[in-house]
Amino acid sequence: MDVQRKLEILADAAKYDASCASSGTEKRDSSDGKGLGSTAPGMGICHSYAPDGRCISLLKVLLTNACNYDCLYCVNRTSSNVPRARFTVDEVVKLTIDFYRRNYIEGLFLSSGIIRSADYTMEQVVSVARKLREEHHFRGYIHLKTIPEADDALIAEAGKYADRLSINIEMPLENSLAKFAPEKNVRAIRRTMGRLRLKLDEARESDKAATKAKPPRFAPAGQSTQMIIGADAADDKTILDTSANLYGSYRLKRVYYSAFSPIPDASRALPLVAPPLVREHRLYQADWLMRFYGFDAGEIVDEAKGMLPLDIDPKLAWALRHRDRFPLDVATASRDELLRVPGFGTRAVDRIIATRRLTSIRLADLARLHIPQKKALPFIVLSDFSPSPHLIDGAGLKERFKPKATQLGFGF
Amino acid sequence: MHFITLDSETDFDGWRKAARALALNDVTPSEVSWRVAGASPELFEPIAPPLEPPQGTFSVPAKFVELAEIAILHHNPERFALLYRLLWRLRGNHDLLAIATDSDVADVTTMARAVRRDEHKMHAFVRFREIGREQKSHFVAWFEPEHHIVELAAPFFARRFADMPWSILTPDVCAHWDGHAISITPGVAKSEAPTADRLEGTWRSYYASIFNPARLKVQAMQKEMPRKYWRNLPEASLIKPLIEGAGRTASAMIANAASEPHKPQKRLEPSKASDKADDMPHKHADDIETLREEAANCRACPLYKNATQTVFGEGAQTARIMLVGEQPGDKEDLAGKPFVGPAGQMLDRALDEAGIDRSKVYVTNAVKHFKFVPRGKIRLHQKPNTPEIRACRQWYERELAAIKPELVVAMGATAAQSVLGKITPINKNRGHPIDLDDGTRVLVTVHPSYLLRLPDAEARASEYRRFVQDLKIAAGVLRKSAHAA
Repeated sequence: MDVQRKLEILADAAKYDASCASSGTEKRDSSDGKGLGSTAPGMGICHSYAPDGRCISLLKVLLTNACNYDCLYCVNRTSSNVPRARFTVDEVVKLTIDFYRRNYIEGLFLSSGIIRSADYTMEQVVSVARKLREEHHFRGYIHLKTIPEADDALIAEAGKYADRLSINIEMPLENSLAKFAPEKNVRAIRRTMGRLRLKLDEARESDKAATKAKPPRFAPAGQSTQMIIGADAADDKTILDTSANLYGSYRLKRVYYSAFSPIPDASRALPLVAPPLVREHRLYQADWLMRFYGFDAGEIVDEAKGMLPLDIDPKLAWALRHRDRFPLDVATASRDELLRVPGFGTRAVDRIIATRRLTSIRLADLARLHIPQKKALPFIVLSDFSPSPHLIDGAGLKERFKPKATQLGFGF
Repeated sequence: MHFITLDSETDFDGWRKAARALALNDVTPSEVSWRVAGASPELFEPIAPPLEPPQGTFSVPAKFVELAEIAILHHNPERFALLYRLLWRLRGNHDLLAIATDSDVADVTTMARAVRRDEHKMHAFVRFREIGREQKSHFVAWFEPEHHIVELAAPFFARRFADMPWSILTPDVCAHWDGHAISITPGVAKSEAPTADRLEGTWRSYYASIFNPARLKVQAMQKEMPRKYWRNLPEASLIKPLIEGAGRTASAMIANAASEPHKPQKRLEPSKASDKADDMPHKHADDIETLREEAANCRACPLYKNATQTVFGEGAQTARIMLVGEQPGDKEDLAGKPFVGPAGQMLDRALDEAGIDRSKVYVTNAVKHFKFVPRGKIRLHQKPNTPEIRACRQWYERELAAIKPELVVAMGATAAQSVLGKITPINKNRGHPIDLDDGTRVLVTVHPSYLLRLPDAEARASEYRRFVQDLKIAAGVLRKSAHAA
């Protein structure tokens, strides 16, 4: 089988992993004339976008899609009839460098089906990173999938070469994982996330105190995980509670939500319907509210419903449930309060705070702050504007935000 | 009217020099007209009196210079005048840049952001094509930026591709790297650029394979990768056919019921856990290792759900003292071992001072899962309640039966409640051993994390001394029982 055919199979097998980030790592480049590549600290670079709206930043492939596990939601499960392939270590290394030199990618995201044993699989994955770093002095971005049961020495080596490590939690509920992925075990996944965090903390603390012997470098871009949405019955509240737990416990950089999508040769036990993309989008918005807007997991979802509304965003939905807190005077409200106004982003809030010390904020200024008027106005008081008191209390407020019904077309 | 001619579209130094002279001569923004050398000259140029050589100096915020250096690369011909107007107004109001709602500030900021975005997209969408092979290869790209960003964006490529010679050709200017320095040459026609690369077929099949036809989000793609870039991206010609085929592929996946499951022969090597089980000699049920394995799957209360793992006791099977704490903390939960966090370090120090060797004691907790609530990036410790303490007591009882220590030291209220079977105030009961009906001898004291929480340094020191004192009593109890034996 030629490399291009292998690439088709092993990229196809890797695409259900949503993560493609190349951000947040240390600053590196090759201006010393030895080696190839650099990182873009802060934000990553997306070199292309596929029509599924997902960014293509890394060469995202599996080392092999042969797998001993039989996870029902997975295209690579052992009982699936998809074609199988396996890259050699050298093939992945060469492909990464060839793509990188043409500026197609920021680096490599390597995962693998579980073959022989956790340690054997992890060793294969690590050997690609080792070769890229040690022999080719590759300074681009490397993201490695971590195999939960793998030996500590292999995990330490993975962290030495990789920018980011990840282990997928897969399902929001422990019993769903037991049902859909009989060989996987949430406890083993969590224990390894815990091991990663201890190593991450150790490496980070050593950056601050430069006194003692430096503990080894460990995945400067941290760890992340992914949850599949819509394959089991977990509601949004459960999903966000699980995320909050993971963020707090293991200091994850990101939790990715992946709407379960039909796969070739899918199992009969799973819903073969179009993926819940809007729900996935709302969960990402809710995740942002937790990480950047000071919301607690428990307050984002309406307790009584358990699900985020699909027609409006979660912050607006929260504001509509808490109308007594509005309207808010933009001239005096605290940062935390401003962050809860529908339509106000973190950057707009920072600008408001800097601006209002010097001058009052008027209706006409909203556009310059890139704040959508229609969304924000019912909730705020400006120096030359205050909303009608009937608006905030009226039943019509919610209707105002409903997306317009689209008329079904009919052929002439 | 003053006519200022700048050397090039990106001549920031020229603009800065002229702007400084104009401002020092009090020339108002409306009296200045800016243009770039080589651009079409105006037909009737009223002659302005030559500017006086600048007298004195004035300062502007450093942020203005940073902003202007970027905004000046925007393609809008009005940018020179706009920047001069902003500079003019900044002299009267030093805080002007903080007013995000000011229209000049907003315009310049928007321009700078557009330039940065274009630079970012250039970093992303340049595609090199290789000319020649191996040692003699040279990588050449054709790109059409929206703003005047080639010189701004070039150092990124020099740092990234330091070991290969490359050229980025554009209609405006071209940037080249020979392995040592960047050089800039005039723009060229697209026909000068190579038209193919041997890897493009592979790249295109990667692009097609990584696309998931079951989730079309064309608008999301176009928002980040606008059409104007498509003509220079080798993968972009696939976009249309992929979108057209997506519906078919996805509905075929949905329509095709799964085929008969494929059952390959498993070649899974035995895991380490089962190795161990096979190798180990059979031990009686109350062996600590057996208890630990059993407790790993404990579901006796709901605390297991949010925690990482059961943190079981640890220490010598022959230990004469058993130390019981409240519950594992953040670090213990991650490591799976008791007393490895800050409270554990405090305990180690106190044990050492009391003359007790930690390696010879058995250390455990009354509750074996970490109870907490997540708060952003941290976990706030929560006190276990009575049902949780009761549910976990079975493990303490079995540890006690396995270790048979001469003395149990219960540290803190939770441990005291579990060990003594009832709520027991620490201060009233500390300082002397308590003998229980079942023959267990118990000493109660505070939990080391209590010492960590005391805000007052003096109180902390004196409470620490009392804690060490209690541990010395424990050591004394052991010595006595050793003599008696």
